[in-house]
Amino acid sequence: MSREVYERLVEEFPETSLEYLEEKDPAISVKADDLFEVARHLKEKQGYDYLSAVTGVDYPDRFEVVYHLYSMREKKGVVVLKVHASKEDPEVPSLVPLWPGANFQEREVYDLIGIRFAGHPDLKRVLLWEGYEGHPLRKDFPTEGYQTIGQEELS
Amino acid sequence: MQRVETRLRTETITVNMGPQHPSTHGVFRMIVTLDGETIVDLEPVMGYLHRCHEKIGERNTYLQNIPYTDRLDYICSMSNNLAYVMAVEKLGGIEVPERAEYIRIIMVELTRIVNHMVAIGALLNDLGCFFTPMLYGLRERERILDLFEMASGSRMMCNYMRFGGVRYDLPPGFTPELKSVVAALPTFIDEFERLLTENEIVLARCQNVGILPPDMAIAYSCTGPLLRGSGVNYDIRKVDSYSIYDRFDFDVPLGTNGDVYDRYLVRIGEMRQSVRILEQAIEQIPEGEVSVKLPRVFKPPEGDVYHRIESPKGELGFYLVSDGSTNPYRYKVRSPTFINLTVLPELCKGHKVADVVAILGSIDIVLGEVDR
Repeated sequence: MSREVYERLVEEFPETSLEYLEEKDPAISVKADDLFEVARHLKEKQGYDYLSAVTGVDYPDRFEVVYHLYSMREKKGVVVLKVHASKEDPEVPSLVPLWPGANFQEREVYDLIGIRFAGHPDLKRVLLWEGYEGHPLRKDFPTEGYQTIGQEELS
Repeated sequence: MQRVETRLRTETITVNMGPQHPSTHGVFRMIVTLDGETIVDLEPVMGYLHRCHEKIGERNTYLQNIPYTDRLDYICSMSNNLAYVMAVEKLGGIEVPERAEYIRIIMVELTRIVNHMVAIGALLNDLGCFFTPMLYGLRERERILDLFEMASGSRMMCNYMRFGGVRYDLPPGFTPELKSVVAALPTFIDEFERLLTENEIVLARCQNVGILPPDMAIAYSCTGPLLRGSGVNYDIRKVDSYSIYDRFDFDVPLGTNGDVYDRYLVRIGEMRQSVRILEQAIEQIPEGEVSVKLPRVFKPPEGDVYHRIESPKGELGFYLVSDGSTNPYRYKVRSPTFINLTVLPELCKGHKVADVVAILGSIDIVLGEVDR
């Protein structure tokens, strides 16, 4: 499925650098700057109207955000988009303007991995409390020790 | 002559519902902005039950994660098991014996019935029909949980499925008991419906409340009965036909209005369809092995997979990244109710504050899965 989608994307966006990753679930690697336009094309022109999952992964050399797209009306999929973000300043564009359902998922990725989503309407922590230090799903996060919640964060 | 200002000055007030509130089915908080009785805005606040499920998943070996998945949505442990083991099987390229596939389907469809009984019971609890329908549901549920206990040794935290099959074969006496439970279910569902479906209070409280249009349902990534209540024909059992779902003949119940009442009807319909699947599975189940031999230390090849199933609450998916070692490099749970909650503020706006509990009840959340 992803191969045809990839070829159509290459036709549509000749200037952008896309990459086809041959894996168990074939994926398309996209630059962060092109993500929004590619996603908009997939949604509006190719019918991938359903954003199933947004996942952040902390690799040794980079952060990666993985998007799983399906089509509910045409019952096709999956299309996997992978976007890299730098270790120093991880930021990718938000897809909330296209899929409002990405709202909590992007907040969760921000909360647990610390990737910022530019253009998100209300980017704040969702599972942990405001004022928590660090992002627990990063590989360098200590697995011992504790943080306590202050009285002002409770109210 | 000077006009006297007679209009009353009004302002919105903010009300805090939860975290300890009977309608939230756990520890879940909503910050509601009200104009009189009408909801202007609502903000869900969650995370009170967050226990680093995904971080623990990275620490554990693949096998050690199975009992942890039981505790995600603790009403449907069998479905969680299935989604996880199927993701690992896809990662490791493991084949499942025929008999094990049937046992899995039987367990998962029984789980669906259990979940919908509890979901409808809890919805009626929220509407003020306190515990009568819930206990009718729990009475039948207990017979199904007895079956789970016979097969796995535990009523709720089943920990039953393994990579390449299930842990034990069905014990002697299981199949006759299963047949008797399944034979009694249609009568129970009829009784349940006679009590509720045309109940005037249910109609008054549920119809035209929390309407979710189909386009909005898709845009907000809604899945499960919430999506199908809006009339979108999307059931992953049909779309992906994972496991052996293509061998069974069943329909996908759909709603028309997308209100709370339609979600209730979809759940009732799904229970009936699950009974149909169970009847066919009991008839077709072959003899044979129920698991495959795997090496003691299980190391899947490098790569990443996403696998999803139609859990009773919606699309439950696991995204696993393997680096070739004994434990997953990344273990992500795509939990259906966490994402279904994204649409809650939109559903509630414009309704009365008393309707919030009905709308929340119709989404059917379990906080073990929302907060992970």
